[in-house]
Amino acid sequence: MVDVAATSAPQAWLRARSRLLSQLPAAIALLPAAAAVVFVYIGALAWTVRLSFSSSKMLPVFDFVGLNQYQRLFGTERFVVSTWHILVFGILYIAGSLIIGFLLAVFIDQRVRLEGVFRTIFLYPYAMSFIVTGLVWQWFLNPELGLQKTVRDLGFPSFSFDWIVDQDKVVFTLVIAAIWQSAGLVMAILLAGLRGVDAELWKATRIDAIPTWRVYVSIILPILTPMLATVSILLAVAVAKLYDLVVAMTKGGPGLSSEVPAKFIMDNFFERSNVGLGAAAATILLISVASILAPWIYAEHIRPQRVRK
Amino acid sequence: MRVWTQFVGATLAATLLSGPALADGPLKAEVIHWWTSGGESAAVKVFADAYDKAGGQWIDSAIAGGEQARTAGINRIVGGNPPTMMQFNTGKQLDELVKNDLLANLDAEAAAGKWKDVLPPAILAASMRDGHFYALPVNIHGQNWLWYNKKVFADAGLDEPKTWSDVIADGPKLKAKGVIPLAHGGQSWQDHILFDAVLAGEGGADLYLKVYGKDAQAAIADPKFKHVSEVYAQLRDLMDPGMPGRNWNDATAMVITGKAGMQVMGDWAKGEFLAANETAGKEYGCVVPGEGGYVMGGDVFVFPKLKDADGTAAQAKLAKLMFDPAVQVAFNMKKGSVPVRTDADSAGMDICAQKGMASLKDPAKQLPSTSYLISPDENGALNDVITQYLNTPAEKADDFIAKFAAAVKSAS
Repeated sequence: MVDVAATSAPQAWLRARSRLLSQLPAAIALLPAAAAVVFVYIGALAWTVRLSFSSSKMLPVFDFVGLNQYQRLFGTERFVVSTWHILVFGILYIAGSLIIGFLLAVFIDQRVRLEGVFRTIFLYPYAMSFIVTGLVWQWFLNPELGLQKTVRDLGFPSFSFDWIVDQDKVVFTLVIAAIWQSAGLVMAILLAGLRGVDAELWKATRIDAIPTWRVYVSIILPILTPMLATVSILLAVAVAKLYDLVVAMTKGGPGLSSEVPAKFIMDNFFERSNVGLGAAAATILLISVASILAPWIYAEHIRPQRVRK
Repeated sequence: MRVWTQFVGATLAATLLSGPALADGPLKAEVIHWWTSGGESAAVKVFADAYDKAGGQWIDSAIAGGEQARTAGINRIVGGNPPTMMQFNTGKQLDELVKNDLLANLDAEAAAGKWKDVLPPAILAASMRDGHFYALPVNIHGQNWLWYNKKVFADAGLDEPKTWSDVIADGPKLKAKGVIPLAHGGQSWQDHILFDAVLAGEGGADLYLKVYGKDAQAAIADPKFKHVSEVYAQLRDLMDPGMPGRNWNDATAMVITGKAGMQVMGDWAKGEFLAANETAGKEYGCVVPGEGGYVMGGDVFVFPKLKDADGTAAQAKLAKLMFDPAVQVAFNMKKGSVPVRTDADSAGMDICAQKGMASLKDPAKQLPSTSYLISPDENGALNDVITQYLNTPAEKADDFIAKFAAAVKSAS
C-alpha cells in the first residue's frame, strides 16, 4: 500500500482517472433511472403545482387564477375532514402495526414450534392487495352479512358491532383492516433484526438476571432502530397514498366520514373533471408529506455528514 | 404521487401509441364505450351487427367503468389518436371537448335524419352546443323510478305509492311485516339520484329546473326546497343499517327477494328483475312518485374530428344507422332504456318502458338529469353534501341547505 500523503501528483491524477473510468458504466446504467426521476417525477410534480394555480377543469389550461383553487379547497368540507381522517388513521395505523408486528416477532423469536407455519400465516395478508383486503373486511364487518349477523344468529341477539356504518367509528375499521394487512410485514422485518442480535448479549443479560421484557424494551429495541425506521417509512408511505382500501371498503362513507385526501384527488382529476382543484389538493398533500419527511432526512443524512467533518 | 404518475403515464402512452391509421377494405370504426355487463353488451351488439351488415367493420373497444372509459377516450383524443366514436353520458361532460374544437360537427347528419323533429326538447338541447349538433343521443334512461315488490305490497295491504308522502306512510306498515321499507345503496351518486327524485316529485318541475339552473341560489332559499330536504331526511327511517356502501344491484336484489319493499333507481335496474325472470307489472311494479315528471339521463356518442376521409365516412354512416328507428327500438329493448325518438314504436316494450315513452310525448313532464344541467364538478360537490346529509341524522335541514348553496356557488 502506498501512503496517501506520499503519493506524487501524476499518480493521484491517474488514480482519479481510473476511478472515474471504473464508475462510468455505473453512471451510464443509472442514466435512464435518473432521467425518469427528473422528467417523470420532478417534471410531473412541477406540472401539478403549476396546474394548481390554473382554472383547469377537464383539460389542463395554463392561465393563472392565483390561490382560488386553494381557497375553494380549504372551504370544502370533504377535504378538511379528509385531512383529519388521514391524521387519525396514520397515527393509529403506524403505532398499531409497529406494536403488533413487534409482539408477533417477539412471539416467533421464542423458538416456538411450527415457526414456519406461524410466520407464513402472519405474513400472508401482506400478499393481498388493499382492494382484496378492503372487500374481505367490508363483508366481514357489514352488520347485515358478517360478524354481527353471525353472532346474533348464534343466539346473542343484542350483540352489536356496526362500526363500519357508524360515522364516528368507521375510520377505526380502516385502521383495523390496514393493521391486519401490514402487521405481518413489520413482523418479518423486525424478526430479521431479532435474529441478528448477538447470542452473547442474551447470555450476558441472563447472568445479570434482567427480566426478559426489560431486555426487549431497553436493549433489543434500541438495536432494532434501523429496522424500525425502515418499517415506519414503509408504513408512512402507505398512509399518504391510502386510496384503494377506502374505495373497496367504505367508498368514503357513511357520508364523508371515511374520505381521505388521495380519494379526493382522484375523484377530482377523473370523475369530476376538476383538474385544478385536484392539483391543489395534491400539492397540499405533497407539502404535508415533505414537511414530515424533512426533519427525518435532515437527521438521517445531513446532520451525520456534518458531524463527520 | 401515484395519482400523477398514472395520469401522466396514461397521457404519454396515448401520445406514443398514436400513429396514422391506414384504411383498406371495409370502413373501420373503432368505438370506445363502457357497456360491459351482460344486458349492455347484448345491446351494443345491435349497433355493431347493424354496422357490419351495412358493409362496415365495427372494432369494439369496451372499457369497463364509465369513468375509466371516458378518461381513456379523452386521453386519446387529446393525444391525437382519436377513436372513430366514443360514448358519453348525455350532458355537460363533453363541453370542454367542444370548446377546444376536438369534436366533429354533426349538422349535416342531423338535418338528413331530421333529428330536430323527433328528439324531445331536453335531449335536443343536450346534443347541441351553440346551435350546432355535436352528440348523437341513443337512449333515455328514467332515473327517478320507484320499483316495488308487488307481493310484499299486497301482503301488507298496500296500494302503489303515488307520492312521497305515500312512500313515507307505507314505511311503518312494511316494517310491521318485517320488511325493510326502502332498499337503498348508500353510495353518494345513489344518494343524489334519490334526492333528485324527491326534488322532482315533491318540489315540482319548476323548482327542480331552477335549483339546477341559473337562478339556483334563489331556488335553494325557497321554503319548498326546505320541505324537500325534510322529506328526504324522513327517508332515513325507511332504510336499513347495512345501507352505507351497498351496490345498487344488491339493493335491487333485496326487492326481488322480498327482503325489502321498494327501491328508487334508474331503469337499468330492470335488467336485474329480468335476470331473475320477473315481468314488469306482474312480480314488480314501477311508478314515478309525485307530479314533477320524468328525470331523464342517457347516453350519447360523439365523433372526434378525424383527418382521414375514411374515418369521416365511417362516422357519417354510423350516425345515420344508429338513429334509424328500427335499430333504436332493437337497441333500447336490450338496454332497458327508452328510444330517443318520440316516433319510435313502443308496442313491443314492457309496461314500464311504455310509461316512460308516454311521458316523453309530454314536454312538460320531462326533466333532464343533473348531468345535462350542471358540470361534473358541481355534480360531485353536491354528491358530497347530499351523502353527508343523508348519513348524518343530526344534521338539520337548514345546515344542509346552507352547504348546498355553498357547494353550488363554489363550483360554478
